[in-house]
Amino acid sequence: MSEDLEFAFALILNGASIGLMYSLIALGFVLVYKATDAINFAQGEFVMLAGLIVAVVLGFEGAPLIAAIVIVVAVMIGFGFGLERVVLRPLLGRPVVAVIMATIGLAAMLRGLGPVIFGSETRAVSLPIGDEPIVLGPASLPPVQVLGAVVAILFFLAFSWFFKKSRMGVAMRAVADNQQVAQAMGINVERYFALAWAMAGVVSALGGVVWGSMLGVDVHLALVGLKVFPVVILGGLDSIGGALVGGLIIGIVESLAAGYLDPYVGGGTKDFAPYVLMILVLMIRPYGIFGKRKIERV
Amino acid sequence: MLAINNIEVVYDRVILVLKGVSIDVREGAITTLLGANGAGKTTTLKAISGVLHGERGEVTKGTIQLGEHRIDGMRAHDVTGLGLVQVFEGRRVFEHLTTEENLIAGGHVQREGAVVKQGIDLVYSYFPRLRERRHQQSGYLSGGEQQMLAIGRALMSKPKVVLLDEPSLGLAPMLVEEIFGIVDRLVRQENLSVLLVEQNATMALGVADHGYVMENGRIVLEGPADKLRDNSDIKEFYLGLNEGGTRKSYRDTKHYKRRKRWLS
Repeated sequence: MSEDLEFAFALILNGASIGLMYSLIALGFVLVYKATDAINFAQGEFVMLAGLIVAVVLGFEGAPLIAAIVIVVAVMIGFGFGLERVVLRPLLGRPVVAVIMATIGLAAMLRGLGPVIFGSETRAVSLPIGDEPIVLGPASLPPVQVLGAVVAILFFLAFSWFFKKSRMGVAMRAVADNQQVAQAMGINVERYFALAWAMAGVVSALGGVVWGSMLGVDVHLALVGLKVFPVVILGGLDSIGGALVGGLIIGIVESLAAGYLDPYVGGGTKDFAPYVLMILVLMIRPYGIFGKRKIERV
Repeated sequence: MLAINNIEVVYDRVILVLKGVSIDVREGAITTLLGANGAGKTTTLKAISGVLHGERGEVTKGTIQLGEHRIDGMRAHDVTGLGLVQVFEGRRVFEHLTTEENLIAGGHVQREGAVVKQGIDLVYSYFPRLRERRHQQSGYLSGGEQQMLAIGRALMSKPKVVLLDEPSLGLAPMLVEEIFGIVDRLVRQENLSVLLVEQNATMALGVADHGYVMENGRIVLEGPADKLRDNSDIKEFYLGLNEGGTRKSYRDTKHYKRRKRWLS
């Protein structure tokens, strides 16, 4: 392989693994949108909260990682249920904008309360997977990226099965399609809303572990949430597969931009390339690659 | 089977929509509820099925009794669990789900997966066309197929009472005939009780045993279906016939209707 090709390959592989980690966070967003039609602007803050909890638990001498993961998953499930009950249920039947504003408010609150409660220093989440890069041909990846990619793929498979094959998953899609009719079919709509938020909590918990381990945990961890928007707009707001593919594409574009454009402009293209792509997609396919189209019968 | 006793419905706490409606739905028979647009027919159905809550409506007076359960004020999903289900006007299938997934969602109140499977087979036996379309996204089915799916989906909860809201809406006369035929068979073979809301009075009075006529939030006429068919007002307004039984010009009917109301 020529050196150029090797460079490109390394960039793509690196981008793909980061992209899958974006997918993981985007999954949380998609789950909520799919079931409740709510756009969750606090997804990044969910991840930050989860990261903080993991870091704090691991801060205790001798606390095993598995305990930290169990605790953070449990807390995030509780957080999801609580959030639905306290903040979102009263907004049921109100315009979507009300829910969006509520999540924006929630995001600001979490960003403010996080440091107040847990302190503002950057904490480390060390996973027992070593720092030795995993070498794949010309590319070498940090182990945490590989772990993140694997977790994302596992979640993707699990949720695909859930929505396609399980009765609960079908019911959840029915709720997303038409709340009133779903209710009349005997489906407890509010329970499914709560379930969706709890599922987003679980995804965020794992997202917090891998992203926290990669970037370190402080308020800035919430910024990964911003990457969710190009990913889900590219893939489709309500598509599990779209989150995966969107994440991959965004990750790869980012990595290629950093590799090829940065030397000419002096850096920073990585941060805006995804949004340029997002705007292009919005012009061509406003519902994303896999998003559901509005069905019109003539 | 289902007794609605003098109910009042208020929207947004101020708008009085139903002003004392009483309807009795008999077991194993079709009861029809006729009336012009905006008379309150659909509101009546929503009050019974409990979906009114989501629309900021409320039953403020009267009672609704399903068998031995009092269901006014209950949530829609609990009412469905007790064996009463509403088929909405305009079909309202879950567009992004396939035909079969629609049925699975309809069978949500069943605990066991095996019961859902049996239910699906039963629906397919009544509506063989749905079997052919089972893996198709339901949003792309034809209007008639969607109506069949909406009825089949409701059957999945194994209801005792079905509220059918305008199943003939927007369908070709032949399809309407087919669907009414199937509903009639369902009532006889599955011992269903049906409350049928219709604009197509000829069709409705043809299959129903008993009928009610609603206007402006009140019941203004009631009786056995054959008696209603002979009623001169019904003939005039709903069947489009004049005293001699011949067809009237639509223009006259419309003109006359504007002037005359049972209540004013």
